[in-house]
Amino acid sequence: MYDIVNYEEAGTVQEAIRLLQANPRARLIAGGSDLLVKIYKGKITDAELVSLRGIIALKDISIEGDGTVRIGACATFSRIAGHPLIRKHVPVLAEAVSRVGGPQIRNIGTIGGNICNGVTSSDSAPTLFALNALLRLEGAGGTRVAPIQDFYLGPGKVDLRQAEVLTEILLTKENYQGFGGHYIKFAMREAMDIASLSCAAVCKIVGQNVIADFRLALGVAAPTPMRCLRAEEIARGRVFSEELLLETGRTAVTEVNPRTSWRATREYRLQLVEELSKRAFKQAFVKAGGVLL
Amino acid sequence: MITKKINCTVNGRQVSIEVDIRASLLDVLRDSLHLTGVKKGCAVGECGACTVLINGEPYDSCIYLAVWADGQVINTIEGECKEGRLSKVQQAFVDEGAVQCGFCTPGLIMSTTAMLQSGKKFTREEIKAELSGHMCRCTGYQNIIKAAQKALED
Amino acid sequence: MQSVGKSVRRVDAVAKVRGMADYVDDIFVKDMLQVKVFRSTIANGRVKKLDVSRARALPGVVVVVTYEDVPKHTFPTAGHPYNKDPKHQDVADRRLLTDRVRFFGDEIAAVVAVDELTAVKALRLIDVEYEQYEPILTAEAALIDGAVEIHEGTKNIIARSEYQLGDWEEALAQADEIFEDEFSTSTVQPCALENHGAYAYMDASGRVVVCTSTQIPHICRRVVGQALGIPWGRVRVIKPCVGGGFGSKQDVVVEPLVAFLTTVVGGRPVKLVLTREETFIASRVRHAIQFKLKTGVKKDGAIVARQMTAVSLNGGYASHGHAIVDNSGEKYRHLYDQLAIKFAATTVYTNMPAAGAMRGYGIPQVMFALDCHMEDIARALRLDPLDFRLKNLNKTGYTDPILGITVRSNGLPECIAKGRRLIRWDEKKAARRQQSGPKRRGLGMACFCYTAGTYPLNLEIAGARIVMNQDGSVQLQVGAVEMGQGSDTVFSQMAAETLGIPVDMVHLISEQDTEITPFDTGAYASRQTYISGMAVKKAAAEIKDKVLRHCGLMTGISPQSLDIADAWVVDHKGARVMPLAEVALDGYYNLACAAPFTADVTNSATTNPLSYGCTFAEVEVDLATGKVKVLEIYNVHDSGKIINPQLAEGQVHGGVSMGLGYALYEQMIFDPATGEPLNNNLLDYKLMTAADTPEIGPAFVETDEPTAPYGNKSMGEPPVMSPAPAVRNAILDATGVKFNQLPMNPHRLFERFKAEGLI
Ligand SMILES: Cc1cc2nc3c(=O)[nH]c(=O)nc-3n(C[C@H](O)[C@H](O)[C@H](O)COP(=O)(O)OP(=O)(O)OC[C@H]3O[C@@H](n4cnc5c(N)ncnc54)[C@H](O)[C@@H]3O)c2cc1C
Ligand code: FES
Ligand code: FES
Repeated sequence: MYDIVNYEEAGTVQEAIRLLQANPRARLIAGGSDLLVKIYKGKITDAELVSLRGIIALKDISIEGDGTVRIGACATFSRIAGHPLIRKHVPVLAEAVSRVGGPQIRNIGTIGGNICNGVTSSDSAPTLFALNALLRLEGAGGTRVAPIQDFYLGPGKVDLRQAEVLTEILLTKENYQGFGGHYIKFAMREAMDIASLSCAAVCKIVGQNVIADFRLALGVAAPTPMRCLRAEEIARGRVFSEELLLETGRTAVTEVNPRTSWRATREYRLQLVEELSKRAFKQAFVKAGGVLL
Repeated sequence: MITKKINCTVNGRQVSIEVDIRASLLDVLRDSLHLTGVKKGCAVGECGACTVLINGEPYDSCIYLAVWADGQVINTIEGECKEGRLSKVQQAFVDEGAVQCGFCTPGLIMSTTAMLQSGKKFTREEIKAELSGHMCRCTGYQNIIKAAQKALED
Repeated sequence: MQSVGKSVRRVDAVAKVRGMADYVDDIFVKDMLQVKVFRSTIANGRVKKLDVSRARALPGVVVVVTYEDVPKHTFPTAGHPYNKDPKHQDVADRRLLTDRVRFFGDEIAAVVAVDELTAVKALRLIDVEYEQYEPILTAEAALIDGAVEIHEGTKNIIARSEYQLGDWEEALAQADEIFEDEFSTSTVQPCALENHGAYAYMDASGRVVVCTSTQIPHICRRVVGQALGIPWGRVRVIKPCVGGGFGSKQDVVVEPLVAFLTTVVGGRPVKLVLTREETFIASRVRHAIQFKLKTGVKKDGAIVARQMTAVSLNGGYASHGHAIVDNSGEKYRHLYDQLAIKFAATTVYTNMPAAGAMRGYGIPQVMFALDCHMEDIARALRLDPLDFRLKNLNKTGYTDPILGITVRSNGLPECIAKGRRLIRWDEKKAARRQQSGPKRRGLGMACFCYTAGTYPLNLEIAGARIVMNQDGSVQLQVGAVEMGQGSDTVFSQMAAETLGIPVDMVHLISEQDTEITPFDTGAYASRQTYISGMAVKKAAAEIKDKVLRHCGLMTGISPQSLDIADAWVVDHKGARVMPLAEVALDGYYNLACAAPFTADVTNSATTNPLSYGCTFAEVEVDLATGKVKVLEIYNVHDSGKIINPQLAEGQVHGGVSMGLGYALYEQMIFDPATGEPLNNNLLDYKLMTAADTPEIGPAFVETDEPTAPYGNKSMGEPPVMSPAPAVRNAILDATGVKFNQLPMNPHRLFERFKAEGLI
């Protein structure tokens, strides 16, 4: 039994917003795989819940006329990983969310919950950062669209305003088309584990192995997921080489700020930043059609 | 105590029951429906012992609120042996020595059953990945994987 | 052999795959109340003020009991047989509830409520104030002058022991080289998938009935009697299906408290099932042990003198205490030559969860130290590490000078030969050139030895009872405990074999009930197939004797010339005389001399055979991340004759997996400042998943142990003993870096590689 004192089902996003407005103590629940655990651990007591599970539209994955891929906030990891649109246009996201927990967790956990939970170890975040994902947020005052980078405020803190619902994650065409991407989750175990460090790289090639574009995002390298803008800058326009990889890795290290916790020390995470950045870059390069010489 | 009436199918039977909004599906299956083959090893999605199939997919019933079961088709280990005959997966677990203390077994059988019912083919590595949401302390998984391979053959 | 030696299907498999096996928490008892324990949020200190009034007032709370309400006396909890000699009794250092807090999570009060959530909410309403002391988390802190005593009058020492063989100083003087090193192991938890749990009620006659997930029902009964201060006959312990034990259930954990609480609520049933988080800290863990080894060796690799000192960290309560590290000292002595050998050990209290029994009982720890040290010596002397071990191994015929037990079978040399072939040791060694890439491969191996049971240190008795039914089948009742390891199946096989009937004519009663089942000390020390198995064999032989004599009466044929085969009585030529069922029926209903065939046997063992084995492993090390991948691993065992190959392989799979977890992943972590456990759940404590576990190759060398019921020796614990040192030696082979501390997780490898300039 969970310490829940009130539970309501919203049929539409508007209804969810109304229920949240009516009760400032109320929280949204999607898959519950973060929230229920917090209730179990006593971090939330006398919980009052508004469920998004009945809102069918929030589970949708679709593509707009302009090529924008839309992922409903309540789409589960399993659904995303197996969805033809995702596999076709952003396979790296499918790979990334396949690394979450185990199959049962992926069947219940949603991408919206993953983002709104706000932790730096989120397995969807690095890839979404690298893809310049946009978030559609609906609230009493209307709708806004925010870059995911701006949404993360601090550990476990996101820019979710009173009575606001994350409804969609948007990936615009110019941010995924022609990119090759790779995600590495580094953890003790191959499954059922939280990343000690995670790294998503996407890149685009022109001509003979020239890096037309490159984006590198990391999880657990700082209090929130982050991009390594300087490392990206260094790579852009250069011909791919081992040299470039080394430089990218070295630069990434200068941009991060991991902390020491019982899970791993700062020094170890720095090592992983450097190493995984290189590995992810290399794989992304290959997937983008680059040729290793 | 707030309750909600739900209608669902459990092991092929229509069930209509008032559930406490605080209850997990695990609580209701075990305490109200006495389906105690569904085990609790952690209560928070970490061990897989409580795995049941919901519309054919494996879920940790401990982190699935009972009210969500409304309208769903649920299968637990108790429904797998029909007319005294073990299912293909159950039989494979028996034959391959995949059972020791047995506490993880019902959950693993349900996940394997979902794989079988999907009709897909699985490599050994894929089987390992599909079963990776289950902890087993006794078997080192080896005979479990063997049993799954056997059940999924042909 | 018809049944023994065959991969007979587990007798409990069908119930388990159908979800019909009932574990403690599956049993429905009407009117059940739920218990939650109020645990300390400090590791070392004393309760100054406790206010439970708000909790008591919460609707649904039946009673709140604190340390003030429980008996003042202390009791022991270890699952050892009772010892009549007070000097050899387990340390009695626990109360049911305490105001003196000795680890983070210590038990101060208990809430009994109508349901679990109400009990949880009541816990939040308890107010407590502590007087806090510095948490003691290391041996150094425990032993420093003036350290706060965790238990008064102990100086934080549970016990010290030592032994010496030979003229040590003189022997050491013969050495060409002397090697010294230090090793340390980590605190890990058995993690049986079923958490600890029990319920208790009082029956109409006033007996306290406890139904519990235990490896030791009869010992549990005694300890509950001691804890409550009531005659042992007033306690009844029932053991239903057990979801894994691995040692932490060879201890009395939740039973005394539920037994006490039912007496407080007038005998109403009360249940306490620990959460996973509680099981981690409030049941038992494996002792972390620090070892120092010193070995004198001749140039040719002959060991002339050995010495080991050990400090064992026990946590806040003694539980099995010093027995663990003493066992380390024993197997340290047994495995290799022991002309001159010295051992000294200390077990200390710390403010950590109580350490008790865990699969291997001190041996995974000592084999890590010993066989890493052996590897290092071989390498330093440029000797082949396999030859070096073989040269110094203990031989068949050797009698241990301290315990007096004799080795009558030793297949270790053959095990080593077999492992070497399986992993293609020589071929790979020859092919491996100097490595310089980012990923390096290496080969390693390690050996172990073990016993079967605890003789002569402890009583080794086991009971079996057989009743033959009218149809010639039998009901078999054992005092030994099935917890997943497969003992019920091998007992059925042994009974069937001895009686000449198929296994499905043996109906084993799996549940233990101290009112009914024969006395047996329980499931531990890999004793059951050897010791309880002998009880089964003796009981079956007695039944067979009675059957044949009765058949002799019926037929006039001399019983000496009769036998039973395939459930028929046969004559000395093997010709069928009469179906067993006919004799059995006559035994029940013969008007003149009806006497159903029954046997009730106790076996008291006075022998103890050593089992042996080794692990061979090949690893690949990712230098940049410190991650180790086990490419191949083989465990080769001399466990005597294998009674059931499929079950034995299953023990090896599980044990190796646990051993690899010990080597690479598992470790309980505590906040060094507060002693708070940081990873006491299954997400943060890294049990290997299916995706992490390599293919495990079990193999056997079947010696024939003459003192055993069917040539068998211990099998349950041994597989966990040598994987960690084998993996460590393989990492050394791959990288040239010695890891003397467990676990060898990526983080630790990174730090060393960095320090060694490898990255
Ligand atoms: C055993 C286990 C293993 C796990 N392993 C991983 C892992 O490997 N990697 C990983 O990244 N995560 C992991 N998680 C965490 C969790 O599964 C994910 O974060 C998941 O995505 C959460 O989604 P949910 O729908 O279950 O969230 P919920 O628990 O329902 O919600 C999480 C938070 O987000 C808010 N929220 C949810 N949806 C919305 C919305 N649409 N709009 C606004 N707010 C919303 C909720 O109010 C809540 O605060 C694991 C969890 C468990 C229990
Ligand atoms: S009990 Fe549900 S996952 Fe462990
Ligand atoms: S068989 Fe015991 S946990 Fe899997």
